[in-house]
Amino acid sequence: MASRKIIKSKHFFEEDFQETLGEVSTDSYPNWPLNEKLTYVGKALPRIDGYDKVSGTAKYAFDIYLPHLVHAKTLRCPLPHARIKKLDVSKALQLKGVYDIISHQNTPQIQWYYVSLLFDPHLRYEGDEVACVVAETEALAQEACKIIEVEYEELPFVIDPKEAMNSDAPKLYEEGNIVRGRPSEYSRGDVEQGFKVADFVIEDEFKTQVEVHNPTEPHCSVVNWDGDKLTVWDTTQAIFRVRESVAEALGIPESHVRVIKQYMGGGFGSKLEAGKYTIMAALLSQRIGRPVRIAMDRREMNLAVGNRPDSVQQLKVGFKKDGTLTAMTHYSYGSAGAYPAGAACSWPLKQIYQCPNISTTDYSVYINAGRGRPFRAPGHVQGCFALESILDDAAEKLNMDPLDFRLKNYAELDQVDNIPYTSKLLKEAYIKGSEAFQWKKKWKKAGSDLGPKKRGVGLASQIWWGGGGPPAYVTLKLNSDGSVQIIAGTQDIGGGTYTFVAQVAAEVLEIPMTKINVLLGDTAICPYGPSSGGSLTAPSISPAVRDAAEQMKSKLIAASAAILGIPENQVEYKQGISSDRKNQDNKLDIPEILDKMDEKILIVSGAREANKEGYTINSFGVQFAEVEVDTLTGKVKVLKIVAAHDIGRVLNRKLLENQFHGGIIQGLSFALTEERIIDRNTGKVLTTNMHDYKIPTTMDTPDIDIVIVSEGDALISNTGVKGIGEPAMIPTAGAIANAVHNALGVRIKSLPITPDKILSALYG
Amino acid sequence: MSKEKKPHSISRRKFLKNFGSGVVGTTVAIHSLQKIPHAQETLESAPHTDRSPLTITVNGKNITTLVEPQTSLVDFLRDQLKLTGTKIVCNHGECGSCTVLLDGEAVYACHMLALDAANKSVVTIEGLLEAEELHPVQKAFLEHDGYQCGFCTPGQIMAAHAILLQNPKPTREEIISGMSGNLCRCAAYPKIIESVVAAAEK
Repeated sequence: MASRKIIKSKHFFEEDFQETLGEVSTDSYPNWPLNEKLTYVGKALPRIDGYDKVSGTAKYAFDIYLPHLVHAKTLRCPLPHARIKKLDVSKALQLKGVYDIISHQNTPQIQWYYVSLLFDPHLRYEGDEVACVVAETEALAQEACKIIEVEYEELPFVIDPKEAMNSDAPKLYEEGNIVRGRPSEYSRGDVEQGFKVADFVIEDEFKTQVEVHNPTEPHCSVVNWDGDKLTVWDTTQAIFRVRESVAEALGIPESHVRVIKQYMGGGFGSKLEAGKYTIMAALLSQRIGRPVRIAMDRREMNLAVGNRPDSVQQLKVGFKKDGTLTAMTHYSYGSAGAYPAGAACSWPLKQIYQCPNISTTDYSVYINAGRGRPFRAPGHVQGCFALESILDDAAEKLNMDPLDFRLKNYAELDQVDNIPYTSKLLKEAYIKGSEAFQWKKKWKKAGSDLGPKKRGVGLASQIWWGGGGPPAYVTLKLNSDGSVQIIAGTQDIGGGTYTFVAQVAAEVLEIPMTKINVLLGDTAICPYGPSSGGSLTAPSISPAVRDAAEQMKSKLIAASAAILGIPENQVEYKQGISSDRKNQDNKLDIPEILDKMDEKILIVSGAREANKEGYTINSFGVQFAEVEVDTLTGKVKVLKIVAAHDIGRVLNRKLLENQFHGGIIQGLSFALTEERIIDRNTGKVLTTNMHDYKIPTTMDTPDIDIVIVSEGDALISNTGVKGIGEPAMIPTAGAIANAVHNALGVRIKSLPITPDKILSALYG
Repeated sequence: MSKEKKPHSISRRKFLKNFGSGVVGTTVAIHSLQKIPHAQETLESAPHTDRSPLTITVNGKNITTLVEPQTSLVDFLRDQLKLTGTKIVCNHGECGSCTVLLDGEAVYACHMLALDAANKSVVTIEGLLEAEELHPVQKAFLEHDGYQCGFCTPGQIMAAHAILLQNPKPTREEIISGMSGNLCRCAAYPKIIESVVAAAEK
């Protein structure tokens, strides 16, 4: 048992493929049966960490108060583009209770974002870090920021990616405003020939806005030095990444940095990397010898900690009279913001529908605004909206049901790598989803509903990776009373990791959930686990949990055989009790086994197995939307969403529903309300609070049905799970946009679909 | 960016040189040395010394203390009383995460001064518990998964509790509109609504 080997492993993480070497388990276990035959896995069980959350006792990084704690606040650049000419902190330092101020003048040059510094006197956006103050209270630190004297050299700025691509645009970097100096490109087949053989060719341009993560818990850290060892409580989706960055920036060994995250108030991709604020707090804390807390306010959250880049996408689609796609091209550009980030959005077009001839070109462009970061299915949410919009137009040109159009172009294989999927049940999703939605009954010619309130329906498909992979490890401890602790270096970011980890262990060891405790998010204690992004936490860590629990079960069976004096295969293990198949009275429970072994704690280590070579792992789904558009006010109300998805095995039905709801409602507000707005004249962001930046409320919540068409996918892993966080959001905006078009007979080609756009499309 | 300003990673050696000692953490810049207060001094020399007396009841306990007059109720609860269950998200009365009960009614604790709560009774999420036992509204949120990350949850639960205090049998529509002042970025709204409906049926 517990055999391992080192393998090369490739999986998609947020914006790129990552290739890693990982130690994997080579043990294989029988496939689990369907969920209905399982006891814990798949069931709608409440969260094991629920008590902490509803009682208010859950400790987030935001809630860590240490003795002698002091507070830091950042002075940020008020201009979109500037250079610091003079910086004078002497007045601010005279304030009673202000202890220290750091800036480029008194800190080492620590590299940041590859192309800049922790404190870079060249300031590239409104919100760039100028200085950081530590004081007795947060309010005092804020006051000190106001009296720091800075003389800025104002530089010309550019906030529109199209303008930024022009050769005469103000430059953020000497090398120019295109990230990496070139676009990402892809092609297959012969596009020219593909358009030549098409019966129809249509072209259009679609736009999506900048979306800001706005997690509820602000980005924050509490840091404390003990001599040369640093503890960081951070609100993060990636404890090990934070540890690595902090150790590197401060020049100390990773063994001396402990990063702790027990609970985290939302991230959505914005907390997948270490923030400058953590390093600034650590430097300040080191200089003054007191623990430091640094927490952003909502304005900083809207300026400086990431966003989903906008996009301008030009699509061209060729197709036959029967609907067969012959060629597609996709050209896009989007804002990386002021530092390197990816804005590409052509992935769905490359992969989701059968099409032999494709070319794509994606430009990521520097502009003088906050830097982009991964945001729940980066690129896919934008790309899906444009692709699904133009394909609806193609279907309409043929008077074809949009669902039939998609079925006509169904792809059986992964066309990018030309290999099969471990599983693809999108067809089943189309069938079951359309039945649940009553698509055939509800779909009608676009614009045919009589007003003034017009109803319409639309659909959009989804593809995402989310198969996870190694390396991912867990430690499982069995105590002498039969209770279990599982320790894993991943994070629960709200998806329910604590709970499903316990469910998997309970399933294997056949012990009640109440005997299991799970510890996550502590680099000093936990074995390595993946960052919580890319919808890969559950698919990566759940097989490692099963591996550990199976090993523990084998250990218990071996020990029972020795104690009972029978061969191992004569031991029957059930409900935590080992018995002799030939004499059922001859039995031992777990405490008795450990007692006889004279062990207080048994420990095993579990690992994720390798992904099978020759297969691609993707999740698939389709969402159907029904909307009502008031043609007098331009207001869109989403009435119903049916989401039908292939996501492998369901680990916990309750958690799954919740995460789908969240993704769909975020997709809804991406379609209708959310938008970062920058004033073109001043380069300043106008939407820096939760009133102006519009996230949805209970009132916007539609009726949502979730149909899961998949069971465990045995080709992925021993639990057969695909991730669900991102798939849930990808198709929603596309489905809503298509439903709005179906209601009005007019297409809105830019998100968000606000009343003004609808009214000007109807009457403008 | 000019050449001499090209960014570079610093080595450990250089880092320590910059800070002057191998014992990082004990090294301190001179100007800040003079300013670092001893623990004892902290309270006495704290910046705003013009504090006003405040008498308030929090979670059933009568408290008489001093606060800086500009202190918001939420800062008082979190910073002074260390009741960190109440969260700050927008700090502008836009999101409801800091919702507490003030004499039985829901208020945004970020949007009022602690002094304005003088001689009144405040109940926070911690105050709903009976020892370690959850309140029925808290139980409903737990059973119906009325949260994801949990950060806005204390505010959601206090808002739900306030709705049910005023109207023990609200309709589904009344619940949806009553809870609309509490933002949840995870958008766990369907299960939040389900939790409040369940709490109302108890």
